[in-house]
Amino acid sequence: MGKVIVVTSGKGGVGKTTSTAALGAALARGGQNVVVVDFDVGLRNLDLVMGAERRVVFDLINVVQGVAKLPQALIRDKRLETLYLLPASQTRDKDALTEEGVSRVIADLRSRFDWVICDSPAGIERGATLAMRFADEAVIVANPEVSSVRDSDRIIGLLDSKTEKAERGERMAKHLLIARFDPARASRGEMLGIQDVLEILSIPLLGVIPESEEVLRASNLGAPITICGQQSAPAHAYMDAARRLAGEEVEMMIPTEKKGLFNKLFGRRAA
Amino acid sequence: MSEVTVLSAARQRGSMPLRGRSYMAFALTPEPPIADWLGELDVWLRGSSGFFNGRPVVLDLSAVTLTSSAVAHLISELGARGIRIMGLEGMAPEKLGPGLPPLVSGGRAAPVETISSRSQPASPPPARDREPASLLVENPIRSGQAIFFPNGDVTVLGSVGSGAEVIAGGSIHIYGALRGRAMAGTSGNRKARIFCKRLEAELLAIDGYYRTAEDLDAKLRNRPIQAWLAGETLMISETD
Repeated sequence: MGKVIVVTSGKGGVGKTTSTAALGAALARGGQNVVVVDFDVGLRNLDLVMGAERRVVFDLINVVQGVAKLPQALIRDKRLETLYLLPASQTRDKDALTEEGVSRVIADLRSRFDWVICDSPAGIERGATLAMRFADEAVIVANPEVSSVRDSDRIIGLLDSKTEKAERGERMAKHLLIARFDPARASRGEMLGIQDVLEILSIPLLGVIPESEEVLRASNLGAPITICGQQSAPAHAYMDAARRLAGEEVEMMIPTEKKGLFNKLFGRRAA
Repeated sequence: MSEVTVLSAARQRGSMPLRGRSYMAFALTPEPPIADWLGELDVWLRGSSGFFNGRPVVLDLSAVTLTSSAVAHLISELGARGIRIMGLEGMAPEKLGPGLPPLVSGGRAAPVETISSRSQPASPPPARDREPASLLVENPIRSGQAIFFPNGDVTVLGSVGSGAEVIAGGSIHIYGALRGRAMAGTSGNRKARIFCKRLEAELLAIDGYYRTAEDLDAKLRNRPIQAWLAGETLMISETD
């Protein structure tokens, strides 16, 4: 049985879709069967970042409503054969998602893949709550700034109350992924430091992704950064994060001001 | 007082479902001689007139041996005093005449506040277990979450996030950072206080007197503090 991960943030534009694609590809590179699922019905993006937009026939809504079978809607990545995409519909809206239908699709995906990574839409409405509803674990993507951190705090509250796991009285494992971190701006006090974010959210750190033009370039190329920019700093950070997600102990590095040098951060894992 | 189970029948499309219900009823236990017992009751009722008005009362006849007509006479005597009998307890079923209230059994004793002989026209509050006067929250309170506890103190072991709020009838104790709102003494308790390990609050209030983040002394930021009410001023001082 596979593991269902929701990638969520509350706030938009913090890097959920980029992180979903990068983590999915990183896990698939290790030979694992991975599907990335776009829950942003009506504003789909994951197909673009994955470079699969010209191959979409059926989508999540079709499967939820029983119009198409799951294998018909799954799109296999051209570069990694163990990586699949279940795209969202662009013409429908989130009301087309039913809890019963999503539950069925997630259960089906769970039986076929090792990892089911759900890209949540921004906000706390139907799309976002259904994306997290059946998850086993959550990756919370935050940028080092106050509005993003407060929205993440809100999302953590929802993960602890509105998910199936929480309702069963179990605790959902949560991982913090700090994206778009700019060490120069953080040292000038223009951004929150890693320490501040960890202290406010008090959940374990999965990784720190440095702000980089490589990420934008990869998105425009339609390839996860962990496929097309493998040697870049953000790709390294995502690869390490994926290994930690899979349960490996990987030393935490946080980007420092000097390019190419990394600072060891001890004991931040179990904040 | 004893608890009596009553079955009610409701008609519903051809079927006749029966549902059970439990009610609280007062139990009166006459003792022989009946005339003296009625006399004592009259004395007591003079001090608590109207106590039994509209109350369900069960007559426990286990302490007396009465004929069916004597029971009917007793019920009418009680009726003249404003006491209506809904059921009989401790009487042989064969002695039950057609004009008498039904026999009940299986009643369990329930606590009732001691009925003093002073006038007590208002109904006594329903007896129930006392609720705890404090609430312990072990997890951090996240943005958007609200803890509302009007009955007493709230203790939070973690932090209270920005955009979260804690509202308590009593005092508030926070063993982490307070980044959201804390409102203590909301049910008019002016002695309530707020304690936190680290002050980054958006708002502090006690009994409606409040201060927003803007009105907080910058020196108290990120410090452990307590807040209390002095007259109409919300005071804050550092603790350690």
